[in-house]
Amino acid sequence: MSKDIKIKKGLDIKLVGAAEKTLADAPKSRTYVIKPSDFHLVTPKMLFKEGAKVKAGEPLFYSKKDERIKFVSPVSGTLAEIKRGAKRVITHVVIEADGTDATHEFSKLDVKTSSAETIKERMLEAGLWPFIKQRPYDIIAAVDTTPEAIFISGHNSAPLAPDYNFSLKGKEAALQAGVTALAKLTSGKVHLGVAKTADSVFANLSEVELHTVSGPHPSGNVGTQINKIRPVNKGETVWTVAPENLAIIGELFLTGKFNPERVISVSGSSIKKPQYFKTKIGAEVSTFAYSAGINGDNVRMISGNVLTGKQVSADGHLGYYHNEFVAIPEGDDYEFFGWNKPVFNKISSSRALTFSWLFPNKKYDLDTNTNGEHRAFVVTGNYEEVFPMDIYPLQLLKACMVEDLDAMEALGMYEVAPEDFALTEFVCVSKQPHQAIIRKGLDLMHEEIG
Amino acid sequence: MGLKEKLHSIKEDFKGKKMAPAFNALHTFLYTPNETTHSGAHIRAVDDLKRTMNTVIIALLPVLVWGIFNAGYQHYAAIDAAQGVVREASLFGNFFTWDNFILGAWTVLPLVIISYGVGLAVEFVFAVIKGHEVEEGYLVTGMLVPLIVPVDIPLWMLAVAVVFGVVIGKEVFGGTGMNILNPALTIRAFLFFAYPTWMSGDKVWVHGAQAAAGTPDAFSGETILGSYAQNNSVVYDFADKFFGFIPGSVGETSTFLIIIGGLFLMFTKIASWRIILSAVVGAAVMGLIFNGVVDQGWITESSKFYGLMSTPFWEHLIIGGIAFGIVYMATDPVSGAQTNTGKYWYGFLIGFISIMIRVFNPAYPEGVFLAILLMNVFAPTIDHYVVQANVKQRMKRLKLKTA
Repeated sequence: MSKDIKIKKGLDIKLVGAAEKTLADAPKSRTYVIKPSDFHLVTPKMLFKEGAKVKAGEPLFYSKKDERIKFVSPVSGTLAEIKRGAKRVITHVVIEADGTDATHEFSKLDVKTSSAETIKERMLEAGLWPFIKQRPYDIIAAVDTTPEAIFISGHNSAPLAPDYNFSLKGKEAALQAGVTALAKLTSGKVHLGVAKTADSVFANLSEVELHTVSGPHPSGNVGTQINKIRPVNKGETVWTVAPENLAIIGELFLTGKFNPERVISVSGSSIKKPQYFKTKIGAEVSTFAYSAGINGDNVRMISGNVLTGKQVSADGHLGYYHNEFVAIPEGDDYEFFGWNKPVFNKISSSRALTFSWLFPNKKYDLDTNTNGEHRAFVVTGNYEEVFPMDIYPLQLLKACMVEDLDAMEALGMYEVAPEDFALTEFVCVSKQPHQAIIRKGLDLMHEEIG
Repeated sequence: MGLKEKLHSIKEDFKGKKMAPAFNALHTFLYTPNETTHSGAHIRAVDDLKRTMNTVIIALLPVLVWGIFNAGYQHYAAIDAAQGVVREASLFGNFFTWDNFILGAWTVLPLVIISYGVGLAVEFVFAVIKGHEVEEGYLVTGMLVPLIVPVDIPLWMLAVAVVFGVVIGKEVFGGTGMNILNPALTIRAFLFFAYPTWMSGDKVWVHGAQAAAGTPDAFSGETILGSYAQNNSVVYDFADKFFGFIPGSVGETSTFLIIIGGLFLMFTKIASWRIILSAVVGAAVMGLIFNGVVDQGWITESSKFYGLMSTPFWEHLIIGGIAFGIVYMATDPVSGAQTNTGKYWYGFLIGFISIMIRVFNPAYPEGVFLAILLMNVFAPTIDHYVVQANVKQRMKRLKLKTA
């Protein structure tokens, strides 16, 4: 079997404002915020009260379902506030940084000679577990399962995605330690998808099965790679880890310290000087957003990429899993005869008086307008053009909407995550919220089937 | 304050009220709404349902214009013929004339107005009652309906059919996107079964035939299919049939313009090329089978099927409504097959069954609308088997793993 993965179906969304490959240190953030909503289906149980002193890497809260899964503070400081929303659900855990580097330290661990049990234990107590996600359900991995395989996508094909070869430069040793550790936790292999580039940070990793991935987005989505390499069957579990988190895992074993540092790309057409910044998980977005400069005030700020990220306000914080920040113009304006005049400045998957097919390499400045209203599903066949997995997307979405668990299972629900439906959502003529539909379907399955 | 701001403030006033969908439907025709993304992807492609439907309408316009001129042309040609004058069709000599246009517009435009007026009224009422936005499905249906009825259909009949088609064919299932049958064809089928003498006679295809009946100027306005079905010879040559100087439903006559429209729709990716291609193949295959039967001598000239069976297979594709049906009706994504593999089967069977019904239906020599309605009903079945193949593959994979 060939180890190359060639994707034909998909769509590269080319946007204005890609980050230039220069790195700057973002100004120190005053507060850091961990949002439990980043950890889907986790109910947090706080370990400290407001006002307590915490060190970097010290657990702040744990999951109510499994108290071994801990979530740690990215910095040392004071636990300033625990914000609660409706039904007293914890929405924000705010830490005021004290500027010291006091870190909760562990002994170093040689992953090569350690047993799987020791590695697992260390990952749990050091707060690394939340970085491991599982399929089915796209949630934090259950501790007591042994995955059939572990997948890492070292190729980010999303629009304006940061380049791992730049953002993870110098982290090769940490990546290797991470891979070695993870390889002990699975009964199968660790699969790593990489793009075809000359000097990849992933090129020399051992104990890993390398797959060269090519083709348009979503070729870099880990879900696409799983589907092509080793699709998930009913009753099986696979784990996924993002490379930037793999580096954090590896570094903990090498140094004994939880290093929440992130090299993020700050990009988008509303950013004056798009480039890379060094910051930390949970930092205030204003620290780097205003260093890079923002054009205008009617701007959508996004923690994460434009397809799957979360909207943040100007006083918001970088999400736990995010390694990029994007700002694009808001589209809350009317457009005269926008539905029938020829369109040259927006992307379309059809050719219905839309001309993006003429300029495959043009970069577009898209705003957040939906370009139409929500409708019932009408058009067929257009999702399939951008959906490379061996799954019928429309049928699966409909099964989720009518909550037909048998159909969802039969149609491949165990293999998908919401992010896999970001492109079908983008091209959807009926402007249906695909990712939300899939998320709801996964939650229902998790609740009913487990 | 500009128009944009004025409309915006009216929209805010209407918000949450009963009539909001009605206002929004009109508002969104002028301006695409100011809605922004709230969940999932923050950016969206430019295509929306209005643009999709509008593209189909663009593809229908040439056919409509031709239909208008042809209505006039056929009327005057028939009068000439009744007086023994034989006309040679010529595009600028006697087709695109002011007289033809006036008469054609006078007979065809009322059909368009009734179709849109009645149909959209029903849609608005349902949208307001059920409190959802007015969906765009009827934009295309409303244009299709006048093109698939005979010119001389009484307007009240059309109005009744439209109400029936929209309510029973679409709204009872939940509106646009939920219907099982193509609404335009439901309207056509209603007309056919409710008023069979009108719809299948030879008096409705040419304007004035009904009024002239019984007078010394009487003329018959028979379609080519009607002539073949009665084993009569046909006076039209290939160019007449291909370019559309023939009697028939308003929009179905010009195969040439329909092909242009079809190419446009396939290029814009609005219509599925899979359906169109396989439907043409299906019709050709059935036609060839019938031709073969005639060649074998199994059917002789005494048979009442001889006329249509011996029609060459390629001619079947350019006469009657089959080209129009394949391009504009079979490709309706809601009532058609939804999987790519299913679309091949769906299209093929439409073409195949169309010709079969055309030849064997003794009452009315046209099959495409019945064939499409039939396949509308079976489309979910086709999709079911296609999807089951994928499901079975997944099961097999599981078994291999666990074995």
